[in-house]
Amino acid sequence: MQGWVHSVESFGTVDGPGLRMVIFLQGCPMRCAYCHNPDTWEEKRGMLLSSEELIERFLRNRTYYRSGGITVSGGEPLFQLDFVTDLFRKAKTAGISTCLDTSGVMFPYRKTENGWERAQNGIREEIRSCGTGILLQEYEELLSVTDLVLLDIKHTEAEEHRRLTGHSNSAVFAFLDLLEEKHVPVWIRRVAVPGYTDDEEELFRFGEYLGRFSNLQAVEVLPYHTMGVSKYRELGLKYRLDGVPEMDVETAKKKRQIILQGIRNFRNRADAREDEL
Amino acid sequence: MMREEWRGFQPGVWEREINTRDFIQKNYFSYEGDESFLAGPTEATKALWEQVMDLSKKELEAGGVLDMDTSVISTITSHGPGYLDKEKEKIVGFQTDKPFKRSLQPYGGIRMAAKACSDNGYEIDPQVEEFFTIHRKTHNAGVFDAYTPEMRACRSSHIITGLPDAYGRGRIIGDYRRVALYGVDRLIEDKEDQKNSTRTIMYSDVIRDREELSEQIRALKDLKKLGEIYGFDIGRPAGNVQEAIQWLYFGYLAAVKEQNGAAMSLGRTSTFLDIYAQRDLAEGRFTEEEIQEFVDHFIMKLRLVKFARTPEYNALFSGDPTWVTESIGGIGIDGRPLVTKMSFRYLHTLKNLGPAPEPNMTVLWSTRLPQAFKRYCAAVSIESSSVQYENDDLMRVTHGDDYAIACCVSSMRIGKEMQFFGARANLAKCLLYAINGGVDEITKKQVAPEFRPITSEYLDYDEVMHKYNEMMKWLARVYVNTLNIIHYMHDKYCYEKLQMALHDKKVTRWFATGIAGLSVVADSLSAIKYAKVKVIRDADGIAVDYEVEGDFPKYGNDDDRVDEIARDVVHTFMQYVKGNHTYRGGIPTTSILTITSNVVYGKNTGSTPDGRKAGQPFAPGANPMHGRDKHGAVASLASVSKLPFRDAQDGISNTFTVIPGALGKESVVLSGDLALELGEGCCSPATQNAEPEYGTAE
Repeated sequence: MQGWVHSVESFGTVDGPGLRMVIFLQGCPMRCAYCHNPDTWEEKRGMLLSSEELIERFLRNRTYYRSGGITVSGGEPLFQLDFVTDLFRKAKTAGISTCLDTSGVMFPYRKTENGWERAQNGIREEIRSCGTGILLQEYEELLSVTDLVLLDIKHTEAEEHRRLTGHSNSAVFAFLDLLEEKHVPVWIRRVAVPGYTDDEEELFRFGEYLGRFSNLQAVEVLPYHTMGVSKYRELGLKYRLDGVPEMDVETAKKKRQIILQGIRNFRNRADAREDEL
Repeated sequence: MMREEWRGFQPGVWEREINTRDFIQKNYFSYEGDESFLAGPTEATKALWEQVMDLSKKELEAGGVLDMDTSVISTITSHGPGYLDKEKEKIVGFQTDKPFKRSLQPYGGIRMAAKACSDNGYEIDPQVEEFFTIHRKTHNAGVFDAYTPEMRACRSSHIITGLPDAYGRGRIIGDYRRVALYGVDRLIEDKEDQKNSTRTIMYSDVIRDREELSEQIRALKDLKKLGEIYGFDIGRPAGNVQEAIQWLYFGYLAAVKEQNGAAMSLGRTSTFLDIYAQRDLAEGRFTEEEIQEFVDHFIMKLRLVKFARTPEYNALFSGDPTWVTESIGGIGIDGRPLVTKMSFRYLHTLKNLGPAPEPNMTVLWSTRLPQAFKRYCAAVSIESSSVQYENDDLMRVTHGDDYAIACCVSSMRIGKEMQFFGARANLAKCLLYAINGGVDEITKKQVAPEFRPITSEYLDYDEVMHKYNEMMKWLARVYVNTLNIIHYMHDKYCYEKLQMALHDKKVTRWFATGIAGLSVVADSLSAIKYAKVKVIRDADGIAVDYEVEGDFPKYGNDDDRVDEIARDVVHTFMQYVKGNHTYRGGIPTTSILTITSNVVYGKNTGSTPDGRKAGQPFAPGANPMHGRDKHGAVASLASVSKLPFRDAQDGISNTFTVIPGALGKESVVLSGDLALELGEGCCSPATQNAEPEYGTAE
């Protein structure tokens, strides 16, 4: 199967464990204000590459990736879900570790007491237009060949999330529920943008929310940077966060600790409840 | 009966013959633990280092040189003792009678020695200059007596560059450990035996052997005197670790007093010395603090090796490198890691004394090194950025387990192999000569033989390849023959007698050559093959520029179409090199590893068919051209790794710089072990703790 690829980084060190080949796919429904890859937004651009070709490219340099593997990023990889599933299935057959870097925003189901049911959210129509990722089964198949998910949660408040990205975050949390149910390990990511996504109360609540997930393996806080801004100029796009300062690493470190406190707080409470029982 | 100095050592062949490797193999204990045993700097170490920092500052303020000898010609015994602070120094010895004073070494070339003085604001003693101009010939003078006009033309048009014809060639490593293990008296005896057992019919090579052995014996006698100057009897073997370090250092010091070589490397000394340290610890003679202090003071001395050099030399090598390379670790051929506590102690000096480029600490990396040592290396690297790594798994195959690195990558068995260092041939310029029928594109002079130039408007791949092969054949011939002259004269007028005295009688000589401009050539040929290259000629019909129409595969992207061109060029050129007679039976090797001089080579080369404009720098070593590798470092490394190591055993380099952030996130900041941080205990493996990947330099 072929997919639209923006670019391939053979020396990926920040998207999952070990040294990884990172495949950036083309196409994304989100329009995040601080996105540093706006050149990956449009669908059906870039290079049309086959999954065989990408696996072959990986295997010829396999010695470099001994403790790493393949990460699919984007864009939004779920935009070409069938292609990612095909790629990951071939990767697992070859014994390669697979990692999915996603926003989860395209997941069109939500968990209810009666199991999974279709959700009503704005992206569903677009999903239909790309013809993949419509059925729950498709997601289950993908997750059956996914070793790790990097889930980027931009904000806990639905409205804030919409303001930043153009979409509600309900699908993101639903996707996290699915990951929990399928026991897929997850690393949570948050880009801390000063004044937008770094409010300490919100981060604490975020941590409390994350605390309930047993598949949570890591929390990453990425300090906001402006390295992608020049791309906007090249693409003739307006950059919405002009004038927002970059965040330094020390501050990001502190912000991360707040999320961890939230997690700890939730889990201590849960332990206390268990003790009472 | 075993000598008293050897008490407790496992006996072996090493007692009866000079055989350091056998001694090490029989006596070392590989260490699989971590760095927690290490000791910090002593008060004396701190005080001495402060003194050094102060002198360094003064040297910098003085414009780079604090003091120079302008009249005493440096020999092993030329100077009285020199100290920083005699009371505090546990390991002693400087090149002259005081630290930071550079010695005068005119045997490589008097003009270079005089210029090194005058450029730094000193005046060489006119009598010395006269003596080495009229009465005593130098290496440099010898070479120019023998050069052909063609060689001189190649030299001045820069198709061959960096030739060691005016300075010391370096790249020879004496087995300095022998001084400690056997003592100088025994080494002299051994050399006397060698001299007495030469063949008896006086062919010229026998005469040369006898003369050289006499020189070596004289050098060893001087080495013993050097010990006496500092109050030591190094005629006998070293009796403890402090003496072993001191004896070994005297061997090295004698070498740098005698030779101002382009690279004066130390060898592979840490595991050898650890045997002494282990014994002293067991016998309670020294504590860990004391042993670390000896090591710190030894490394401090190595950091203070200085040579008198010209600004041009420093520009070519980007600084004032001495290449005091020390090879650490690696795996023995019996599978035991050659990592000892001393390997840790050496690296620990980067913490005790702070980071420094010299000595060039080089870890011989193997996937089978002990895990704790790997982690320690990574930690020291992150902290100091001062550790070099080379691929032991690759080099052990040809060089066994007692080789060391000379300069940055040249591997040789210690005491058994040496190298004739050989500068580089500019293969990119050679391609232009092929197109222009041997006329230099910058000077317009006929440098190579007058082959028929290419006259078509567009370059045809087969025609270019045919002519390029012929031109490479010519270049290889001139190049090897130029080197033959250089090494003949260096042996004759600037012989490394002390370093060779610390070698076996029969020595394997690697005849090193080098290649510059490989990625320019690969991309140029790829452009000619896969795109269209239009030639732009000046009024004289000389091709001076090129227009590339269309796209073409570029080296550095793991694309076989062009990577194979690069591989073939290396292989073909090496075949041509091997087709020539080499001086003293030297075995040809080549290297693709300009690290800084690529800028100078580019400056002297016209526009090339890959679209590179005249004067633009080449990529360093075997690197892809700047900005042409589009798929990240692994793809770039994959292209480089297709180059045949068999044809370029002297080393292939791919230099790349990564900002720390691109090597993974600071785990504490961003991800890290969640379970641990949340206080959930350490038993649940909450994060996949990936083992870091390290690049190797080879």
